[in-house]
Amino acid sequence: MSDPMKKTIIIDGVEIPFEEGQTIMDAALAADIYIPHLCHKPGLSPHGSCKLCTVDVNGRAVSSCTMPAEAGQEIANNTASLNEARKTITQMLFIEGNHLCPSCEKTGDCTLQAIGYHLGMLDGHFPQFYPRREVDASHGSLVLDRDRCIMCELCVRASRECDGKDVFAISGRGTKRQLVVNSPTGRLVDSDIELDDMAAHICPVGAILIKDHGYEVPIGRRTFDLHSVSETDLDEVILKKTKHHDQEHETAEKEGGVYGV
Amino acid sequence: MTPYSSEHLLHVLHAHQQRFHYISDQAICEIATRLHLPRAQVEAVTEFYAFFHRSPRGRFDILFSNCTSCGNLTLMQQLCDRLNVCMDQTSSDGLISISQTSCIGMCDHGASALINGLTVTSLSEQIIEEMGNLIESETPVSAWPTSWFQIGNNIRKEGLLLTEALEPGAALKAIAGRSSDEILNEITASGLKGRGGAGFSTGLKWKLCRDAASDSRYVVCNADEGEPGTFKDRILLNSHADTLFEGMTVCGKVIGASQGYLYLRGEYRYMLDALLTTLQNRREAGLLGNNVLGSGFDFDIAVVVGAGAYICGEESALIESIEEKPGIPRIRPPFPVTSGLWGKPTVVNNVETLVAAAGIVLHGHHWFETSGTWQSKGSKLLSVSGDCARAGIYEYPFGVTVAQILEDAGAEDVQAVQIGGPAGRLIGAESFTNHIAFEDIATGGSFMIFDTSRDLLAVIGNFTHFFDHESCGFCTPCRVGTTLLKNGLDKVCSGHGTAHDIDELQRTAALVSRRSHCGLGMTAPNPIRDGLKVFPQLFEARLLHQEMEPEFNLDASLEEARSLTNRDDAEAHL
Ligand SMILES: Cc1cc2nc3c(=O)[nH]c(=O)nc-3n(C[C@H](O)[C@H](O)[C@H](O)COP(=O)(O)O)c2cc1C
Ligand code: SF4
Ligand code: SF4
Ligand code: FES
Repeated sequence: MSDPMKKTIIIDGVEIPFEEGQTIMDAALAADIYIPHLCHKPGLSPHGSCKLCTVDVNGRAVSSCTMPAEAGQEIANNTASLNEARKTITQMLFIEGNHLCPSCEKTGDCTLQAIGYHLGMLDGHFPQFYPRREVDASHGSLVLDRDRCIMCELCVRASRECDGKDVFAISGRGTKRQLVVNSPTGRLVDSDIELDDMAAHICPVGAILIKDHGYEVPIGRRTFDLHSVSETDLDEVILKKTKHHDQEHETAEKEGGVYGV
Repeated sequence: MTPYSSEHLLHVLHAHQQRFHYISDQAICEIATRLHLPRAQVEAVTEFYAFFHRSPRGRFDILFSNCTSCGNLTLMQQLCDRLNVCMDQTSSDGLISISQTSCIGMCDHGASALINGLTVTSLSEQIIEEMGNLIESETPVSAWPTSWFQIGNNIRKEGLLLTEALEPGAALKAIAGRSSDEILNEITASGLKGRGGAGFSTGLKWKLCRDAASDSRYVVCNADEGEPGTFKDRILLNSHADTLFEGMTVCGKVIGASQGYLYLRGEYRYMLDALLTTLQNRREAGLLGNNVLGSGFDFDIAVVVGAGAYICGEESALIESIEEKPGIPRIRPPFPVTSGLWGKPTVVNNVETLVAAAGIVLHGHHWFETSGTWQSKGSKLLSVSGDCARAGIYEYPFGVTVAQILEDAGAEDVQAVQIGGPAGRLIGAESFTNHIAFEDIATGGSFMIFDTSRDLLAVIGNFTHFFDHESCGFCTPCRVGTTLLKNGLDKVCSGHGTAHDIDELQRTAALVSRRSHCGLGMTAPNPIRDGLKVFPQLFEARLLHQEMEPEFNLDASLEEARSLTNRDDAEAHL
């Protein structure tokens, strides 16, 4: 029985504590319980759009990254049916964009791909949408390949909340949504983004890439070649300007200040 | 606060679209600079709302409703052929563009369209022919026959709300000297529940908002009425606007708000002037503005007009839209009653709810409570349309049976009724003894009748396309799922589906219903799910009886090549 004096929630039968103001995701991660997530990054305001973190709370479907933890919640998370739903959502993300993993520089470091592995996804299942989306290679050191964008808005939030800028936004409606750049021409080169910005490094897929640093870490030795996302996403998240693995020798790590967790 | 702010982003973009027929890159930059908004926000808003365009539309820009009740795409094709243009392609001389739009709320008026934003109804082959002539001769829309633009109320049955025209100020005088608690008790005791669909207790909503800690609060009236087949708010806005504004003012008094907003769907822009006049008259009569009726209470109302987005009927998306942003539903909790417009506690109520509230404070809760069922008090306005002799507005006490409505509307050989719009329920004859009530079949007011001559699969297809078009695209299950459902159903409707495709539809539908972010996604699969449940034989009859059929249709894929080479002979087909 749960102690009525202590604030706890139950995830898959395991009772874990939470603090006022924490979401189910916050509490789960603090207790080393992995709930798959893509649009969430501890330290940035929650978004609730990818729906990968969907859980059933007392039988009702909710997004764990936005739902406040409340005493007495009984949460189903790592169940076969939820993981099946998450796999389908992951397949949806794959087929609505143009994800040609073998030719993508992010392969092995891509969280979308890693989640696919984690959930045992073997194919895209649905017919491909093959959307036409534009590449913006105008910037000297960054490239924006919208074919791979999953609309998680991590870059949008990182720019606002970490970098104190407003470089990105999502425009359009439905499947016509696309990432746009808040510059007079709409091109990245005319924005005030800098290579050091969090927004330049936070993309979980290969939609925002650093130029001139292709394939320096061989495939097979990349992050998710060595670890499962369920391990790496439980690592203490320090919202620093994540090093691109190719940059190790160039820039020293920079902490994200107040956003560090 | 000006009653219609010409500086509101949606209004600026509307004016620009009207004048220049599109919003260019340069215009986006200029508008952003002038309004002190990020350029990307102006771009995002422009690309979100269906009535704003990034490439030039014609000087005559015509949007035909594709609703099953107020749409007729054969007439659209007739006009395209008459003027020699293709749908969605502006003629090279910039004269004309023709496209489709979601239901424009004219379901009791037959085939309808928007011409440069103005509503024309009761279209016929003959009118289309004349219209073609007027466009060719470049006769300005202002010189077109005024009879085309007449929009009647078509009230067929009056009840509590429609019978009386409330004297302006009557409800406000009735609450003079009464405390907020007393008025709130009156509303709560009446049992009034929201008329916008969800059926939340109005008294409780007002109380939660009033009791939320804040220095200011807002009242918002939801006049987005985007659910296909719904047009009852149109009648209230047209003939009972004073009562509506009175209801908003009463709410403002109860919760302690000094500003209200009416969010009017863009399709109803033709009513804007009349609404602004009513507001002005009320100001002059001391019923709005500073010191309402000398009571020391300040309250005013502004109108914000939408621009073609069904999702903006969802209360938090509506709030985003008033805040000059794309209509993306917010994360809930927090709910608008604690954090709504500009983060302040906000009551969002449907038009009919607020009209009823005004009546309740005037006549007392008994007036309301004695009508309806024990869980659904009062009356409900239904917008009845489709295959029947008398389409129009019917006000019934809650508890009326579907069969009764069908009889009153003069409907015969009824195959199915869609209640509550595409987001609601599709029922067949075995359910016609059911009742309209929150505890039985709930509805925001849409009641669409389909007789046995209709291809019901095509109707379900129409609704499924509607959701695909209107999904805001924020969350994965609905953004991708509504498109998958559309493609899957199209495959079945066109005779290429197998049993496997039906299983796939079921599976995707279940996921979209359960895992989406907001009510749109949660209800988008309803037509397919109800269709498969109530009319499985219709799907079955259309299936290919083989293991599977490829998703990829090689012959269809050659269409582009055929049209480029101007060929359609047998050799050009597989
Ligand atoms: C996709 C969607 C569309 C909606 N459209 C409308 C609408 O057009 N009018 C409306 O009053 N409520 C609409 N609603 C319901 C509103 O979110 C909200 O519940 C309602 O305005 C509350 O008012 P009420 O309590 O008076 O019913 C919609 C909800 C969803 C999810
Ligand atoms: S560019 Fe990357 S971070 Fe930004 S929205 Fe797209 S996928 Fe997310
Ligand atoms: S359910 Fe659909 S309309 Fe609602 S937030 Fe998700 S994508 Fe947008
Ligand atoms: S991680 Fe919660 S919705 Fe994306």
